[in-house]
Amino acid sequence: MDLKEKLVSSFLAFENGVDVDHPVHDIRSEAIKNFETKGFPTKKEEAWKYTSLNTLQKIDFSIFPKKESMLEYRDVKKYFLHEIDTFKIVFVDGVYSSFLSETTHDGVDVCLMSSALNKPMYQQIIDVYFNKIASKDDSLTTLNTAFSREGAYIYIPKNKIPKKPIEIVHFSTGNEAALLLQPRNLIIAEENAEMQIIERHQSLTANEVFTNSVTEIFAAKNAHVDYYKVQNDLTTASLIDNTYIDQKDGSVVNVHTFSFGGKLTRNNLNFYQNGERIDSTMKGVTIIEEKQHVDHHTLVHHIQPNCESHQDYKGIYGENATGVFNGKIIVDKIAQKTNAFQQNNNILVSDKATINTKPQLEIFADDVKCSHGCTIGQLDEEALFYLQSRGIPKKEARALLMYAFANNVLESVRIPELKVRINKLIANKLGVRLGFDL
Amino acid sequence: MLKINNLHARVEDKEILKGINLTVNAGEVHAIMGPNGSGKSTLAAVIAGKEEFEITKGEVFLEGENLEDTSPEDRAHKGIFLSFQYPVEIPGVSVTNFMKTAINESRKAKGLEDMPAKDMLKLIREKSELLEIDRKFLSRSLNEGFSGGEKKRNEIFQMAMLEPKLAILDETDSGLDIDALRIVANGVNKLKSKDNAVIVITHYQRLLEYIVPDFVHVLHNGKIVKSGTKDLALELEEKGYDWLKQETVI
Repeated sequence: MDLKEKLVSSFLAFENGVDVDHPVHDIRSEAIKNFETKGFPTKKEEAWKYTSLNTLQKIDFSIFPKKESMLEYRDVKKYFLHEIDTFKIVFVDGVYSSFLSETTHDGVDVCLMSSALNKPMYQQIIDVYFNKIASKDDSLTTLNTAFSREGAYIYIPKNKIPKKPIEIVHFSTGNEAALLLQPRNLIIAEENAEMQIIERHQSLTANEVFTNSVTEIFAAKNAHVDYYKVQNDLTTASLIDNTYIDQKDGSVVNVHTFSFGGKLTRNNLNFYQNGERIDSTMKGVTIIEEKQHVDHHTLVHHIQPNCESHQDYKGIYGENATGVFNGKIIVDKIAQKTNAFQQNNNILVSDKATINTKPQLEIFADDVKCSHGCTIGQLDEEALFYLQSRGIPKKEARALLMYAFANNVLESVRIPELKVRINKLIANKLGVRLGFDL
Repeated sequence: MLKINNLHARVEDKEILKGINLTVNAGEVHAIMGPNGSGKSTLAAVIAGKEEFEITKGEVFLEGENLEDTSPEDRAHKGIFLSFQYPVEIPGVSVTNFMKTAINESRKAKGLEDMPAKDMLKLIREKSELLEIDRKFLSRSLNEGFSGGEKKRNEIFQMAMLEPKLAILDETDSGLDIDALRIVANGVNKLKSKDNAVIVITHYQRLLEYIVPDFVHVLHNGKIVKSGTKDLALELEEKGYDWLKQETVI
């Protein structure tokens, strides 16, 4: 039985574990029908030309985790940004871990999707927001919608700011030979609300993990959301991240994606600007080697006038690594005075590494500023010689240049501890000790 | 200190150095002058070990040691310093952190521990005062957004920090106004001692009014065509390079 059949037939078993009378269940039933019709995307589809899911579909993934595995905090401490200075929503093999988490209902809701789906007090919000911006057409998104049960639920009311950043962390312990996870997150920032979120998926053993995640983010008028995705997983872990962002007047949403490892990583990042004076920023640093694959597919849909979008993605590809950047910008006819910028710069460190980069601009308005640029190159030999001539060995000199190349993406990280952490990850990634904290 | 024998070097198929002979002793200042394209910067880069250039004949010795197959970083550890005509910008790495890395890598190569932070700060303070460098400047990203003058002053600051045996200043005067030129030259003069040597590569005589050379060499078409004392530089300033080119032809 292939993975698609297995998933479709598992839906009946899944229904045994959820409330089938819940209004969301109609959405799930619709979604599984869509997935059954469409199946997994193939390389024949333009959007999946360079990313193949064939190998993953041959693996016999467990769809329902059998039991919760216990993790000691000290064993996973290093994957958290901070012991006490963050809220935490933690899942172990797809199951919520109350032991590792720190949620809150103190003025803001930082808790669980399962609570939001099951408790009547959240019904109204679920009716308004759940599956409203996520695609009803994209097969992987509908697959997630069909099995949506658990994930993070964050609701920040008008004018509120949670007192610390929120970490959403998914661990997989390898208690199944191969595990499929489908977290579903719903994040709502009401008018003038602010929040900072860090999301991480971490496999702890070499057993296969395949995560198909969907996150819906709603930023109301003048809301501000900073979202950081830290992707530094093992080479047996694959991630398809589908993020949908709905922005209203004057809101600011910044998404940083740090892709430092994993077998296959696909980021589908979709912004919909449903208002004026909106600012959407997407930044990314990708540093991978071996046979790893990272694919960034971004979409910014400028629906209303006077908005901005900024995209800056840097990639460093070594050994047999492969990368994809596809940046789609749509500017509707009425979206005059749009400023849309897109930049993708890449360095290929090895002859065998590849990157496919493609801007895709569909502009229907006539008074707009749109720019895009992509570069693919090697390290500058003159710069390398400069550093070596100061006594810095070639390996360190290369690392320093790569760090300098990726640096401007880090400048906009607004959580200082996270910036330090990312710097360290980059230094580790580049295999150097630079004599100072970057 | 430095001995160059019949040095030939090329890049791809183009021969640039065609038999250079040069001896520089400790305590000396040598100026290398010559028209554009004569091979001055190539000579500097070859001494510093730039791999792009292929040595086809001849040798370079530093303190009696043949530098063949010695990497640029090892040459730096042995005491060669090249001040670049066009210093490279390194965003995100401050001048201070860059110097810490350079100094500690050099120490590591010599089997020494990292320099204690206190000593490093003291050294940085001392040397930045010598070059009249503002403290704020040291926390800026290396060469990023620096003016031409700031870049050159920063090069000499690095030289001061690394205390090389042989410093090669490649067109350090280009892009400098008169005040910056004076500060840079003053820095070089203070660093000069009987134990180190300086090679000044320049197109114009101007810098040599401040850094007075013991010897002046004229490079033309990949060869040293004339050597003399500092008076030769004055003569060149007056007559240009054409008379030398003609002399060579004859």
